[in-house]
Amino acid sequence: MKKISLSSILSQLLLLFFVIVWLIPTFGLFISSLRDKDLLAISGWWTALTTTEINEIYRMSGMEAQIEEDGYFKIKGTLFEENSGKKIESFGINSKKINEFMIGDIAIFKNESEVILDQDGNYEWRSKSEFQNKKGKRLFTTSLSPPSFTFENYREVLFKEGIGRAFVNTMAVALPSTLIPLIICSFFAYSLTWMKFFGRDTLLAIIIASLVVPLQMSLIPILSIYNDFGALFGVAAKSYPGVWMAHTGFGLASTTFLLRNFLKSLPNEMMEAAKVDGASHYDIFLRIIIPLSIPAFASIFILQFLWCWNDLLVGLVFLDQVPSEIILTAKLKELLGSRGENWEILTTGAFVSMTVPLFIFFALQRYFIRGLVAGSVKG
Amino acid sequence: MTILNLLFIVFLGILFFIAYFHISNYLLDSYGGKSVKRYNIENSIRVIVFIAPAFIVLFVFILYPVFETIRLSFYDKFGREFVGLYNYKWAVNDPEFRRSILNNLVWLLVVPTLSTFFGLVIANLADRIWWGSIAKSIIFMPMAISFVGAGVIWKFIYEYRGPDNTQIGLLNSIIVSLGYEPQAWLTIPIWNNFFLMAIMIWIQTGLALVIFSAALRSIPKEMLEAARIDGASELKIFFSIIIPYLEQTILVIWTLITIIVLRIFDIIFAMTNGEWQTGVLANLMYDWMFRGGGDSGRGSVLAIVIMIGVIPILAWNLYKHRQEQKI
Repeated sequence: MKKISLSSILSQLLLLFFVIVWLIPTFGLFISSLRDKDLLAISGWWTALTTTEINEIYRMSGMEAQIEEDGYFKIKGTLFEENSGKKIESFGINSKKINEFMIGDIAIFKNESEVILDQDGNYEWRSKSEFQNKKGKRLFTTSLSPPSFTFENYREVLFKEGIGRAFVNTMAVALPSTLIPLIICSFFAYSLTWMKFFGRDTLLAIIIASLVVPLQMSLIPILSIYNDFGALFGVAAKSYPGVWMAHTGFGLASTTFLLRNFLKSLPNEMMEAAKVDGASHYDIFLRIIIPLSIPAFASIFILQFLWCWNDLLVGLVFLDQVPSEIILTAKLKELLGSRGENWEILTTGAFVSMTVPLFIFFALQRYFIRGLVAGSVKG
Repeated sequence: MTILNLLFIVFLGILFFIAYFHISNYLLDSYGGKSVKRYNIENSIRVIVFIAPAFIVLFVFILYPVFETIRLSFYDKFGREFVGLYNYKWAVNDPEFRRSILNNLVWLLVVPTLSTFFGLVIANLADRIWWGSIAKSIIFMPMAISFVGAGVIWKFIYEYRGPDNTQIGLLNSIIVSLGYEPQAWLTIPIWNNFFLMAIMIWIQTGLALVIFSAALRSIPKEMLEAARIDGASELKIFFSIIIPYLEQTILVIWTLITIIVLRIFDIIFAMTNGEWQTGVLANLMYDWMFRGGGDSGRGSVLAIVIMIGVIPILAWNLYKHRQEQKI
């Protein structure tokens, strides 16, 4: 280590500040997705490791549960779910006085029935006369909950909220939407680099211009083409192949541009030598270009895949918003609207949608950065 | 559609393109090369085989739509009757449009500038610190996640509960602990735009950071050493050597982020859906694509306004490309 100077300490602190500010939002989301949903709703995620006080309302069982014992009619039960770990501090039988009784007190209702409660939430409600209540009375509890982490949110979100299916759908959109442009653009870039034909330079200029054309310019006409196509052949206007081709269209210019930049850097002599040996362009492409281009393919694959995986607009416009077609981002947006208060669902759903990008990010960061630095310009 | 069916069509879709290239080239290989004439025919057909799929896609999804959108902007909502400049006149007089274009301009001013600035500062800091690459990874990470995912992350930070409740949003919790009233941040006009921009800056700083990091390595070490020996402070080096040296890179990154910001849609759509005066052009356009059964005229005008924003960049790119070709 070099000598420690004031300016070096200051830069370390400044960088640390940036790192913390940048990390906290994602970290909070991750912690929240693992927290018990009741705790999540009433306390900040930064208190996840401390005990939280919760006020809740429970309803005891009704008359069907009553048994006769020691001259009393009794209804017994428990308020909390198993292993909740919650400890009751105080309780009440009236919404205006929720802390009226302590554990061990006997609370007496107007109809002279009594209830006792232990701190684990087991209650015994008894009365001299037979219970007539169809529904049980309400109990207001104030309890302390220990830190509680669970994968329950993930199970809920994946299987009940449709995020699991949306995950599959997103994969079915993103994979072909990445491979198809890679396939057709590698041939395109090859011909733009190594084949001579009329209009090549114009085509190249068009590609460069297309790099920055915003995809909004294409939405209305393509939607109308799809509608006409669907009506003409009696098929659905919105379909997976439609989305693939749209993504292919929007990714075409940047994929071609990046690939061509790479191919241009390959030595010309190699192609010439192969040609002299009687290799056709297709031979050259398969035997020389593809093996040499693997790193470039990897970079471009990652860029385009992440783009398609994270896209919202294309999936929104060119797919029906039904369970069998909706993509993750659209689903998340839908949940933001319909389950805006259910943070356990939102945070978990968001984290599920981030798993694949984060995996790619950590496993293949080198290629990702290389692709970006190579000049990703996307319309 | 069941998952199995889905898997099948995915497989089929990809296979289709591989098969196209393989079969057509296989046929060409077995046809050509037997005489000079055949060789020439083979070569010209080969060009077509190589180019056709990409060219068709380029034509159908980019070239034709650009001209069609321009045409539609002069037609009525169904694209049937010519209405001249009617849609443009509507736009100029529409308060929503004015609000959107104003917001877009503020976005364009704030986001690329701050992202580039933070990216440059962080790249410079991280370059000289031993744990710099870990720091870079962390700050770069938001680049990998979706705008909607980022939206959820930040909506959680901006979450608002009434003053009597425990705040579960980080920002309000800090505000309350400092003794202020909690705020519903996303509903405060004007300011809410900046809370949305913060998300974009949080994401795009990573992009600026990695490109700057690569560029920093190209600065000759001797130059920096010489300056340090002469007693220049790090701040002075930053402003007098690094910034001038990276001028080109700064411009490239600034343009790159400008293009991304110009068509920003997802964040606003997910967070506020353009309410509380946060709308931008892309959101207004999406709205008009479907509002009242869809209005292709107005939607097209809005797309064109976004397009106008990139035309200077487009012209500059073409100019630079032409320069490179000459060399």
